Amino acid sequence: MPEPTGGSRAGAAAGPGGGVVNVVFAGLGGQGVIKASDILADAVFRAGLDVKKAEIHGMSQRGGSVTSDVRFGPEVLSPMIPEGQADFLVVLAPTQVENNLHVLRKSGVLFQPDLVPEASLPNRRSLNVALLGALAHHLSIPDEIWRASIRGALPERLHDVNFKAFEMGRAAARARAAA
Amino acid sequence: METADTVQAANAAATVPERGLWSGDQAVAAAAFDAEVALGTGYPGTPSTEILEAFAALGGRAQWAPNEKVALEVGLGAAFAGARVLVTMKHVGVNVAADPLFTAAYTGVDGALVLVSADDPGMASSQNEQDNRRYAVAAGLPMLEPASSQEAYDFTIAALELSGRWKIPVLLRMTTRVCHSRSIVRRRAAPLPPAPPPRFVRDIRGRVMIPGFARPAHRRLRQKLHEIEGWAETCPLNVRRDGDRKLGVITAGISFQHVREAAPDASVLKLGTVYPLPLDLIRAFAARFERCVVVEEGDPFFADAIRAAGIPVEAKGEMYRFGELNVDRVRRILARDESPEPPPAKAKPPELCEACPYHPVYGALQRMDCIVAGDIGCYTLGVMEPYQAMDTCVAMGASVGVGLGLRHVLPEAEARRVVSVIGDSTFMHSGLNGLVEMVYNPPATGHVLLVLDNGTTAMTGQQEHPGTGRKLDHSQAGHVSIEGMARAAGVTHVDVVDPVRDPAGFERLLRARLASNDVSVIVARRPCVLAAADIRHYEKLNADKAAAGACSACGVEDA
Repeated sequence: MPEPTGGSRAGAAAGPGGGVVNVVFAGLGGQGVIKASDILADAVFRAGLDVKKAEIHGMSQRGGSVTSDVRFGPEVLSPMIPEGQADFLVVLAPTQVENNLHVLRKSGVLFQPDLVPEASLPNRRSLNVALLGALAHHLSIPDEIWRASIRGALPERLHDVNFKAFEMGRAAARARAAA
Repeated sequence: METADTVQAANAAATVPERGLWSGDQAVAAAAFDAEVALGTGYPGTPSTEILEAFAALGGRAQWAPNEKVALEVGLGAAFAGARVLVTMKHVGVNVAADPLFTAAYTGVDGALVLVSADDPGMASSQNEQDNRRYAVAAGLPMLEPASSQEAYDFTIAALELSGRWKIPVLLRMTTRVCHSRSIVRRRAAPLPPAPPPRFVRDIRGRVMIPGFARPAHRRLRQKLHEIEGWAETCPLNVRRDGDRKLGVITAGISFQHVREAAPDASVLKLGTVYPLPLDLIRAFAARFERCVVVEEGDPFFADAIRAAGIPVEAKGEMYRFGELNVDRVRRILARDESPEPPPAKAKPPELCEACPYHPVYGALQRMDCIVAGDIGCYTLGVMEPYQAMDTCVAMGASVGVGLGLRHVLPEAEARRVVSVIGDSTFMHSGLNGLVEMVYNPPATGHVLLVLDNGTTAMTGQQEHPGTGRKLDHSQAGHVSIEGMARAAGVTHVDVVDPVRDPAGFERLLRARLASNDVSVIVARRPCVLAAADIRHYEKLNADKAAAGACSACGVEDA
């Protein structure tokens, strides 16, 4: 697995300061916000960490704003990430960046959809997994775990396009960190 | 070659309980399955819906009832016969089930019955944020409340055990964050002794609640609650975490997680038994601290009960009655900070899907300036821009009665503009009662009931209902026809239209019916765009299965 070259980095064993790593996914209903957070939560669970994930289902799914919180580390208490405590903010819709910035801590890392242009993806609907790949650049979770979690979350016919999207996202984050 | 050791290791691996990252809803389902619950029944409602779906996916017998009252009654019958039963609903569903619930407290059960009340503080997807802990007191039923998915698993089993031991229905109160958050759960193998096979044992005095039998039944209930209160004082579901000698916190449910994060050094009494409360335990805990604060979401339920018992505790400020708690708000409560909170971040509100078949319906209602008595489901989103075509939305099924009431008293010109709008699943839930009222007490100007039939319970995630003709697992079921029910009830005009294929025809029909003095039902039928492909798939599977069944049943092979 390539080593990250810069930016904030949270290990699979412990977050910054050995505490809990907080990741917020945001976007609009139908974009795969929940799916992306499911894959991350599953990956850190497979890596042996305590993990909690929180989101709101129901009415918000109808095209409205959706956010999902994933917290992992040695022990996670509240499933909800407090204000200004997110280490990473992954946003799938350009319109949803501004209204979610308040969750991010000062040293936090933001992933926006333009990091991986949708047109360059093998399947436009894989943007969620592409940005997950970008996030993966900052986490030391083994590749085989990511692949197992993606396989577990998506039907087989979508595996290859999503592995590809994941790698494109990771490459984009690597390039950004090097720049 | 296999050795005795490797065989033993393999056997051990097979019996190691499964560990997973599950939502609270999934954990309840797993517990019900592991504890041999014979029947799960309920009505879909966020955040409870996934419990029965997960129970069915595990292989449990789960079914959707037309509404929560019927679900509880079916569950009660099964529990009278000695079965273990799980009944699920959202908080407002308990209002619908309240009638049998209060008397089921008197009759008790023979097997075990656990009713999950999934509350929605903050109203992520509900019309109110009622605090159903009050139902436990009002009905006189024990209530447990879990704080994580593991506890959702453990407390479901504890609730079944409690119900079986005292022969009383038990409430399991969950909240949105516990239902929908995922955390790690370890299942147990055979958590309860095997359930005895159901059988009927006659108990007329115990189950026929005429006044003469109900009076002693009420006394029996109070005696049971008294005994359960004694049990709660020492039961392992109430946990004390010793810390700071200055600050003690009494809390329960998801608030416990926020408290531990907001005040890691505080001593905490975490209540798993919401009712009856272990007041001696609470008294002894509170006495140890200079300051003892009750941190709870919603109403000051614990604080009021604890203070009424003469135990001095501090309650949260009134402003924290509203909405969910979180780590930041718990910090503020503990700091007695009642300054205005920052406004919530702007979020894009939900809206009707782009290809939703209800667009032409709401377009017409808006153009005709109808007064719309609305109901609960995706179609409530007709209230949003660009239509703003809904004037009331109160409770499941309320569109019909509210529309009739408006028509009864409004001047004729306004009365003629009133339309009741209801979805297919909501119609089956409790719109039927309104339909009967419409025929029985028609307004002078008649009335129009518009049933938006998209062939699914769309808002909660596309569940089946009696009108779809498919069961919870999407297999073939009996089919209850909306238009058939309307005709049978004696509605004068019953029409079925596709509002997408013929929007102009739909609008013409609606105008004609509004102009008449008759009672009319218009069924606007077009499948939900999100569900349409799945519905076609289920229909094909069921048709194939029926065809295969017919061949083997006749026993004659084609020549």
